Amino acid sequence: MRFEGYEVGPFYDEMFLSSGRPRPGAELLVQKIAALAQGELSRRQQAAEQALLNLGITFNVYGDNQGGERIFPFDMVPRIVGAEEWASIEKGLKQRIHALNLFIDDVYHEQRIIKDGVIPEEIIRSAKSFRPQCMGLNPPRGIWNHITGTDLVRDGDGRMYVLEDNLRCPSGVSYVLENRELMKRTFPQVFDDSKVRPVNEYPSNLLKTLQNLAPDGVENPVVAVLSPGIYNSAYFEHTYLAQQLGVELVEGTDLVAADGRIWMRTTKGFERVDVIYRRIDDDFLDPKAFRADSTLGCAGLMDAYLHGRVALANAPGTGVADDKVVYAYVPRMIKYYLGEEMLLPNVPTYLCWEPEQRQHVLANLDKLVVKAANESGGYGMLVGPHADQAARDEFAERIKANPRNYIAQPTLSLSRVPVIVGEHFEGRHVDLRPFILYGKEIYVLPGGLTRVALKKGSLVVNSSQGGGSKDTWVLASNHGT
Amino acid sequence: MLSRVASSMYWLARYVERAENVARFIEVNQNLMLDLPDAQQQWEPLVVTTGDEDEFKSRYADYSKRNVLEFLSFDLKNPSSIRACVCAARENARSVRGNLSTEIWEGLNTFYLEINAAAADPRTRDDPQDFYQRVKQQSHLLVGIMEATMSRGEGWHFCHMGRLLERADKTTRILDVKYFLLLPTPGHVGTPTDEVQWSAVLRSTSALEMYRKKHHTILPQLVVDFLLLDREFPRAAHYCLQAADESLHAITGTPPGTFRNAAEQRLGQLRAEIAFTHVNEVVRAGLHEFIDGLQVRLNLIGDGIHESFFMLRPHASELNAQSMGAYQQ
Repeated sequence: MRFEGYEVGPFYDEMFLSSGRPRPGAELLVQKIAALAQGELSRRQQAAEQALLNLGITFNVYGDNQGGERIFPFDMVPRIVGAEEWASIEKGLKQRIHALNLFIDDVYHEQRIIKDGVIPEEIIRSAKSFRPQCMGLNPPRGIWNHITGTDLVRDGDGRMYVLEDNLRCPSGVSYVLENRELMKRTFPQVFDDSKVRPVNEYPSNLLKTLQNLAPDGVENPVVAVLSPGIYNSAYFEHTYLAQQLGVELVEGTDLVAADGRIWMRTTKGFERVDVIYRRIDDDFLDPKAFRADSTLGCAGLMDAYLHGRVALANAPGTGVADDKVVYAYVPRMIKYYLGEEMLLPNVPTYLCWEPEQRQHVLANLDKLVVKAANESGGYGMLVGPHADQAARDEFAERIKANPRNYIAQPTLSLSRVPVIVGEHFEGRHVDLRPFILYGKEIYVLPGGLTRVALKKGSLVVNSSQGGGSKDTWVLASNHGT
Repeated sequence: MLSRVASSMYWLARYVERAENVARFIEVNQNLMLDLPDAQQQWEPLVVTTGDEDEFKSRYADYSKRNVLEFLSFDLKNPSSIRACVCAARENARSVRGNLSTEIWEGLNTFYLEINAAAADPRTRDDPQDFYQRVKQQSHLLVGIMEATMSRGEGWHFCHMGRLLERADKTTRILDVKYFLLLPTPGHVGTPTDEVQWSAVLRSTSALEMYRKKHHTILPQLVVDFLLLDREFPRAAHYCLQAADESLHAITGTPPGTFRNAAEQRLGQLRAEIAFTHVNEVVRAGLHEFIDGLQVRLNLIGDGIHESFFMLRPHASELNAQSMGAYQQ
C-alpha cells in the first residue's frame, strides 16, 4: 500500500515532512508499508478488528441502547516518536508530576502556595474535586498521584503541549498494552529492525508502585483492583490490569471494613487487603466519608485508610490538581516548588472567572475551545470554530452563569497522522496520553496512548466521541536518516 | 476465592450447560416428530416441561413450531432461552475474566457473537437444525477448553459443579419430554413406535452408542436406568451427582462422606439415595413423579451452595468465624 497521493495539508504531520518525505525515524516504516501488496494492510486491519471483537476488547458507551459495547477502533499504522523528542517529553513529565505531588500535599497541609499568593484560595476552595476530608492526610511515602495520564498535543508549530492532567482514574493504558500485542500478532514483520522500545514492563512497574504503599510491617501485601463493575466504560481495563498484575479484581460488595481493616469476602471466609488500586471516583469510595448514596464503595474504607491500615492509589483528594482552572497554574507551581522553568509547556489558557479574560473569551467564542473545569471524556466542551451560533450562545450563557467552571484555550491546529481509509491513507488529528507512575521513583511508560479523531476534520479524540487509537512507537535510537 | 467470583464461575458454567440442553431438548422433540410422521406436531410439551407456560402464553398466540422455537432459542425476554443463557454466561465471564484463560473468554465471546448473528439472520428460523448443532458444539468446545486450560483449583471446581448440577437437572427434563408426549393411542406403549421414541431420547442426550454397548436392546426401563442411575455415563443424573459431589468436597476440603454445610449434606444425601435406588422403584413410584422429586432436591442443593459460598454475609462480626463452620451437624 502506497503513500502516493497522501496529503499532509496545512498541518504538522507526525509521519511526513511538508515536502512529502518521511520524517527522520519514520523512513523504515514507510518503506515497509510501501512494500506491502495492495490490500494487504487493510486485510490485516480487518483481522485486527475481528481479533478485538473476539477478545471482547470493548468499552461501554453510556446512553447507548444498542448493546452498549463497542470496540475501540484501531489503526494499524503506528505513530512514531523519535528517541530525542521522547527524552525531552519524559523529562518534562517527570518535572510536572513531581510538582503536582508537592502541590497536592501542600493543599491538604499548610497551603503555603496560597499564603504566598501564587494561587488564589478561592480557586482551591471552589474546585469540585477538592476534598476537605483529606486535610492533614499523610498518604504512604508522601505520594498522592501514583498513576497519572497526561494528555499531550502537538500544535501546528511542531511543539508538544500539555493539554490536561488526569490524576484521578486515568484510563487507556490497557489499550497501549493490547495494541502492541495486537500489532505483534497481526503484523509482526514491521517490528524487524525498527528498534521499538517495549511497553510490557508497565504491569510489573505498576505492581511495584502499589506494593510500595503497603502498610509498614506487611511483608507480602495483598493488592486488589477496585472496579465499579461490568457496566463501567473502562471495565475491560480493570479486568485486564487485575489479570496482568495477578491480583484480585474486587467490587465494593466484595469488601467489608472490620477491626479497622479492609477484608474481601471469599468462599473460605475473610481475607485482608493491604493496597487498593481504586478505579472509582473519590465521591463513591466510602458512603460514610463521601457520598452517602454510593453503593460502589465500601463503608469504613476511608477510616481504615486514614489510620494507615490500607493504602489507596491514587490518594483521595488528588483530583484537586485535575481541575482545569488549577491546570492553568501549573507553570507557576513548578516555579514555586521546584524553582525551575516548565519544560513541557501548557496550552495558553483563559480563566473565565477573571473578568478581563472572560470578556475576551465571550468576544472570541468562534475561535476558542471552551471546557468545563471538571469534566472529562470530551463532555461539556465547545469547539468554537466547529460549533453553530446557537451552541456558542448557549455556552456564553453557561459561562456567565458560572464563570469559575469554565476555561478557554485557542483552537490548536492538532498534528495529524496517516490512517487507513479504505485502500488509501488520509490525515487525522491525534493526541498522546503518556502514563506516569510515581513509586520509589517516577517512571514514564515509553509512548502512551495515541488517540485519533477518526471523523474527518474532527479534533475530538475521545473514545466516547468517535475516537480510535494507534500503537505508539518510541524509538530506542533515531536510525536511518 | 472471592464469593462473587465463585458465584460467577458456577453460573457461567451452568448457563452454558443450560443453553446446550435447550438445544438438546428441541432436538429430542424434533426427532420424535420426524419419527412419527402421521402424528400431529406437538411442541407444547417443550414449554410445559420447562415450566414457562405463563411466560409463553403472555406473548405468543399458539404452540406452533415457529413460536416455540423462537421462545426457546432467541427470545431474550425468556431467561431460559439459548440466547439469554449465553448472554448471561458471558456477563458472568466478563466479571471474572481474570480467573479465566484467554482461550475460555475468547471461546465464550465468539459463541455469543455467533448466536447474536444467527438470531439476526432470517435463514436460521427457516432451517434451524444447524444452529442447534452449533450450540452443542460450542458448548462442548468450551468444556474442552476449560479441561485443557484451567488449573484444578477452586474456580475450576465451581465451574464443574455448576455444569454437572445443571446437566443432572436437564437430563431428567429431557426424559420428561417423552412422558408428556402423547402417543397416538395407549396401545402404542412397547410397540416399534415406542422403541423409536426411546432411541430418540437417547440420541438427544448423546447416549445411544454408550447405551447400546451396555444394554443392547432398547427397553424403556433400561433407558430410564441408564439416564438416571448409571454411574459411568457423563450425562446420567447419578454420574453428575457423583462428580458434583467430588468437586464440592475438593472446594471445602471436607472428607468424602461427611459434611459441614447445607450444600454438602443435601448433595451427599441425594447422591447416596440415587446410588441405592433400583429402577423398578422409579417405575413403581412413577417416572414423572420421581423426576419431579429429583428436581426439587436439586434446587435445594443449589440453594445450599448459594448459602454456603455466595451469600454476602451482612455482619462483619462473623469475621473470625470460619464460614464453613457455621453449619454444623
